[in-house]
Amino acid sequence: MSSREAILGAIRRHLHRGALPEDQAAMLRARLAAHPRHLIPARSRLSRAGQIALFIANVEKEFGSVVRLPDTRAVPGAIADYLAQQNLPSEIVMAPHPALQAIPWAERPLLKRRAGRAEASDLVSLQHGFAAIAETGTLMLPAAPERPTTINLLADTALVLLQASRVVGAYEEAWDLLRAERRDPLTGGFMPRNVMLVTGPSRSADIEQTLELGAHGPRRLHILLLDDDEAARATPESAPQ
Amino acid sequence: MFSTSPAFKENAHKAIADVGLQKALTRTKPHFQGRRAKAVEGLPEFERLRDIGRDIKNHTLANLDFYLETWAGNVERAGGQVHWCATADDARAAVLAICERVGAKTVTKGKSMISEELAINEHLEQHGITPVETDLGEYILQLRREPPSHIIAPAFHLNREDWEESFRRAHTDLAPDRVFRERRDILTEARAKLRARFLAADVGITGANFLIAETGSSVIVTNEGNGDLTQTLPRVHIVLASIEKMVPTLEDATNMLRLLARSATGQDFSVYTTFSTGVRREGDLDGPEEYHVILLDNGRSAMLGTEFQDMLRCIRCAACMNHCPVYGVVGGHAYGWVYPGPMGAVLTPTLIGVDQAGNLPNASTFCGKCESVCPVKIPLPKMMRHWREREFERHLTPSAVRTNLALWGFFARRPGLYRFATRIGAGVLGWLGRKRGRLSRLPFAGGWTAGRDLPTPEGKTFFARYASEQRRQRGAS
Amino acid sequence: MLQASPRVALFVTCLVDLHRPTVGFAAIRLLEQAGCQVEVPRAQTCCGQPAYNSGDREIARDLGRSILEAFGGYDYVVVPSGSCGGMLRHHLPTLFDDDPNLRARAEALAERTHELVSFLTDVMGLERVAGAASGSVTYHDSCSGLRELGVKAQPRRLLEGLGLTIKEMADPEVCCGFGGTFCVKYPEISTRMVADKTADITASGAETLLAGDLGCLLNMAGRLKREGSAVKVRHVAEVLAGMTGAVPPIGEAG
Repeated sequence: MSSREAILGAIRRHLHRGALPEDQAAMLRARLAAHPRHLIPARSRLSRAGQIALFIANVEKEFGSVVRLPDTRAVPGAIADYLAQQNLPSEIVMAPHPALQAIPWAERPLLKRRAGRAEASDLVSLQHGFAAIAETGTLMLPAAPERPTTINLLADTALVLLQASRVVGAYEEAWDLLRAERRDPLTGGFMPRNVMLVTGPSRSADIEQTLELGAHGPRRLHILLLDDDEAARATPESAPQ
Repeated sequence: MFSTSPAFKENAHKAIADVGLQKALTRTKPHFQGRRAKAVEGLPEFERLRDIGRDIKNHTLANLDFYLETWAGNVERAGGQVHWCATADDARAAVLAICERVGAKTVTKGKSMISEELAINEHLEQHGITPVETDLGEYILQLRREPPSHIIAPAFHLNREDWEESFRRAHTDLAPDRVFRERRDILTEARAKLRARFLAADVGITGANFLIAETGSSVIVTNEGNGDLTQTLPRVHIVLASIEKMVPTLEDATNMLRLLARSATGQDFSVYTTFSTGVRREGDLDGPEEYHVILLDNGRSAMLGTEFQDMLRCIRCAACMNHCPVYGVVGGHAYGWVYPGPMGAVLTPTLIGVDQAGNLPNASTFCGKCESVCPVKIPLPKMMRHWREREFERHLTPSAVRTNLALWGFFARRPGLYRFATRIGAGVLGWLGRKRGRLSRLPFAGGWTAGRDLPTPEGKTFFARYASEQRRQRGAS
Repeated sequence: MLQASPRVALFVTCLVDLHRPTVGFAAIRLLEQAGCQVEVPRAQTCCGQPAYNSGDREIARDLGRSILEAFGGYDYVVVPSGSCGGMLRHHLPTLFDDDPNLRARAEALAERTHELVSFLTDVMGLERVAGAASGSVTYHDSCSGLRELGVKAQPRRLLEGLGLTIKEMADPEVCCGFGGTFCVKYPEISTRMVADKTADITASGAETLLAGDLGCLLNMAGRLKREGSAVKVRHVAEVLAGMTGAVPPIGEAG
């Protein structure tokens, strides 16, 4: 008997049954296919503008920062300004994503760029945000050839370009975007090799339970939020706490 | 891992006398209890999420065979391999076989309690492979050759000076004038040392907080990013996961994640929550070429269908130990094996035997705080009591305890005799304490009187007084 | 349903019987003031916790059966202890999982069983008790009363109604380290726990420590007296019934 059969057999024996009857298995398959949502907390059930405000407040609560930009033309300048402010060299590694490549970089010729995966020597990286979740100020970064995982991890300063129209309220809504928009070349499903949900910069409290930023991943997380969502520009219904 | 659980009492004695440990333990209240309370307060739906979390886990456990098979199929579709391991030996052999096949010299590791359960580091070292712990807390413990004392904050028992001392001893290239005044300095040193290790590793081993049947994913939750570097940079990623980590769908996992960080560190969400599904895809610029899951049973399937099944809901958040007054006094090492605190008191006897770990479920006042904070509402005190029942049935309860219980039971079952005996007992004790109302020493009660006085009874029992009062009233009427 | 004059059986508890009968008489006085007809069934000894929590279900079941016999016929069963109350309310039925008849009887009993102070407020609708008192008290929330029976605000409300000032501890809900047999099985851990508790009590600045469970009170009083503390320790019922004159504080001579 294989160890697979041994373990499955032990589970069934202790549950006092054999393999599931077909009708029950069919019910479970239907549950997987329907993947029903559970309770979604009320905190993100807001207008578009309210969700954006909640997202920003949560990113800042988790020690990240956000700058709102009217369009992609403002991106190079915003990056150059941020790097200067932080005393960082004017050099970034960026994900080879079409949306990043389409930015009019020429306006800032002094900002050096390399497209590809990140290396340990890179100080600043620029990632493309697939979506974000207002509920906790969380970025969703699924791996893809145009969105390498190392870009999320290796540089000390992580920049992420995110469209306001891609900020959703709850995680469930971000999963739905992934389900709707992505096809995996290997499995035919939607799940890529890796999905990172990132909430603020890296940190550790392992030394005396006291928070220090920048443990192994980025010490700074700066989000460039493109205001491409008309509804999101309105005044939010109430200021999030 | 070697167990010192039978020596719990001696371990506790040392722990109480350990000044550094006691200093570290004072951080429990502000850092764990306070932060969790604040996070829970900020989410009015938290109680309902706990009920849902319990129900999701119960549903999964009732259909665990189905979900494991579904999950395994999806792992394989994504180019991964599942290694079904019934025992710890099987799991150690499977990890070693992968490492040897790819000619691994160093292996980086994310934090994993299963790894502690398997003592995988020792096993790899014995076969000439160098494991490197990359979680900051685990890293210093590896330098100090100590086991973790907490399941999410492994170096909870250490203070800043311990870190400095260990780094000076282990990092021999350190300049003698290098200062470690701030926590920041310690972190910077560790980050630099470990960065080189991440880049050089041939294999990365992580644990898993959840396995997702729908997608064949494993999930890790970290704040440092070490787990992500561990699983992204090397050519081979090995996941260590036990069978009860399963949840059916992403939506189910999402509910659990809303509970996990809040219960654990009091964060709304951890910094990195990462879902891994198989191998590097065509065109990907990074990610592992091999993805293996070591799926471990090691006694868990045998908990199904028993009074301990509910323990398999545990999501290893550590809220129970963070709120346990006993853990708060003795710390994690006293428990003597991988899992300390209330969850350890229930789990450890199932994994290493109640004859070894019998002290653990006994060392509880049943105050119930653990159950009240458990994100999946595991009735921990009830299960500790079940262990005491099993001990009693197997005659593992110490004979003095059994004798006292039998003697007490003899009287308590006979109200008439009981009245007689208690009247004498209360009278004698009351007389002994008549001058001060308390005793500072009493034979056979040394445990009590070592640290506190024994208040003495009023003198007559309630029933003696009640009876005479009733007689008096009858006489008067 | 609130009856005009419910018949209430007092479950005295073994500790009150042996150690501090005044608490039992205070309970009777309070129940009578609330309009109950109080009876004390003679065939009672202990709720069975020492056996139940030591894994000896047989003794616990035997005691449980005699409790079902002795306390079956009343409108309510009232217990001046959260821990014994919790035993009757939550644990007794589980002892008879294999006997539907006894299980049903135990469940019926459990539903009618209440801890003393919460019974006075929640069932009898008492807003305040007779009498007046002055000074400051701090209240320890005993674990079972708090977490199994929801006793928290009720005693404080009645105490404030008497005119007492409540000075809260930093953490009134943390266990005192008594834990029944725990305190003799693990005396060192228990002592550290109670020492942390008494530090919190002392820091509250209250003159008197109150709680609803005699086990916890003996533990905390024993430690306070060992430390030479002047804090007086009493069962909450003594204060609510105005019977502090009848007996010196726990651990003190009259």
